[in-house]
Amino acid sequence: MINLSEIKRKYVIPGELIAQGSYGIRGNMLKIGDKIYATRIGMAEVSTDTIRLISLNGSYMPRLDDIVVGKVINFNAFGWQVDIKSWFPAFLPAANVMGRDYSSSRDSLASQLTIGDQLLAAIAGYDRTRDPMLSISGPGLGKIAEGNTIKVSPSKVPRVIGKKGAMINAIESGSGCRLSIGQNGIIVMVGSADSITKATSALNLIESEAHSPGLTQKVHDILSLGDKR
Amino acid sequence: MTKLIDSAGLRNDGRKLNELRPIKLEVGILKNADGSAYIEMGKNKIIAAVYGPKEVHPRHLVRPDRAIVKCRYHMASFSTDTRKNPAPSRRETEISKIIRQSLEPSLILEDYPRTAIHIWVEVLQSDGGSRCAGVTAASLALADAGINMRDIVASCAAGKVDGKVVLDLDNIEDMEGETDMPVAIMPNIGDVTLFQMDGIMSPAEFKEAFELAITGCQEIYKLQKQALFTKYFGTDQPQVQEGE
Repeated sequence: MINLSEIKRKYVIPGELIAQGSYGIRGNMLKIGDKIYATRIGMAEVSTDTIRLISLNGSYMPRLDDIVVGKVINFNAFGWQVDIKSWFPAFLPAANVMGRDYSSSRDSLASQLTIGDQLLAAIAGYDRTRDPMLSISGPGLGKIAEGNTIKVSPSKVPRVIGKKGAMINAIESGSGCRLSIGQNGIIVMVGSADSITKATSALNLIESEAHSPGLTQKVHDILSLGDKR
Repeated sequence: MTKLIDSAGLRNDGRKLNELRPIKLEVGILKNADGSAYIEMGKNKIIAAVYGPKEVHPRHLVRPDRAIVKCRYHMASFSTDTRKNPAPSRRETEISKIIRQSLEPSLILEDYPRTAIHIWVEVLQSDGGSRCAGVTAASLALADAGINMRDIVASCAAGKVDGKVVLDLDNIEDMEGETDMPVAIMPNIGDVTLFQMDGIMSPAEFKEAFELAITGCQEIYKLQKQALFTKYFGTDQPQVQEGE
């Protein structure tokens, strides 16, 4: 029944039977006996031995080492609370920013990051029992000085990046603006007003037509509009 | 008393005994909610909205291993022919609990520890069977919110009117008929998640009504599936794409 050389793609909704047999499953699926059911709305890719379900909606679930874009919502003597558009605010410890000899009596947190600041950070710790912990020690991480942000659905971030970064490269070269993508679906665009408008329209297109075939071509079309070359 | 079923075997609104009221379903109608759905089932008009998973308030309700579900069923003041007091009534409190309990088995709550999922069911216009329509819409809203689910829940009532077993009772049949029996199922898994009955039926009638309710639910499930496909894939037909 299953053709060994092909990947089969199938649109599914929760509770739908994707396949029957011994498959490895990656996320958003439920195995009852040898029957595999979808638990999300999305596209199931059935290959010879594994099934992948790319969901089309849902909020961001933090994962270790993810790069996210967050906004400082509060701070106290020990660190900052950062909204990363997940179920819980993340925590950025003061020692991570100020260094190990941070002292709450001597140093002022507000001098580094204050309420409303945006930052690019990595998830340094998260499990089912604790709120996510952030870190800004790493190349390119830290406070975002300038740029506009746009939110896409976190499940569509892989589409924005594309195969081996193909889509993000196309958007960056086509619009002339630099993008920082958070796995939580927040994207920071840095560039001229004109380039930001272009990148925004491309990202909105990906957001609304993420699952349609020929998406890359459509994005190329939208970016070359008004192109002088 | 007017007869609810005429000599030709048709009901007061012209339906056959085993016929559902016309149903319209729409997914993703509210921008601010994480998931939403709208249902028209006969004269019922109901909006369901889902928020979450989000932080639990008050904090003491937190479950360390799973999400909690909160549900509020509410009828708008203008939903009935005489004004309904907007304060939650005893009946609404019951239905809130019933809707929550019929949806909880379909959710994989262990995937969202220490969180809460809020379900709001707002009745804009009421006819009979609004709890079933509410469950049907709320399940779509949950799927729209992207919460992990074992299955979609489909719900509809069966009952006994004028001595006959009928499907999907409307308001008059509910009030003047003998028996009302709301049922909700998870169609793929084959579990019943809601079962209530008020009134009396013989074991044979009960069996007939239960089976009728299940077929009604399965029909509603097809419509739910169509509504989700229309919203997400731009087509109402399931399809398979080959290759890349």
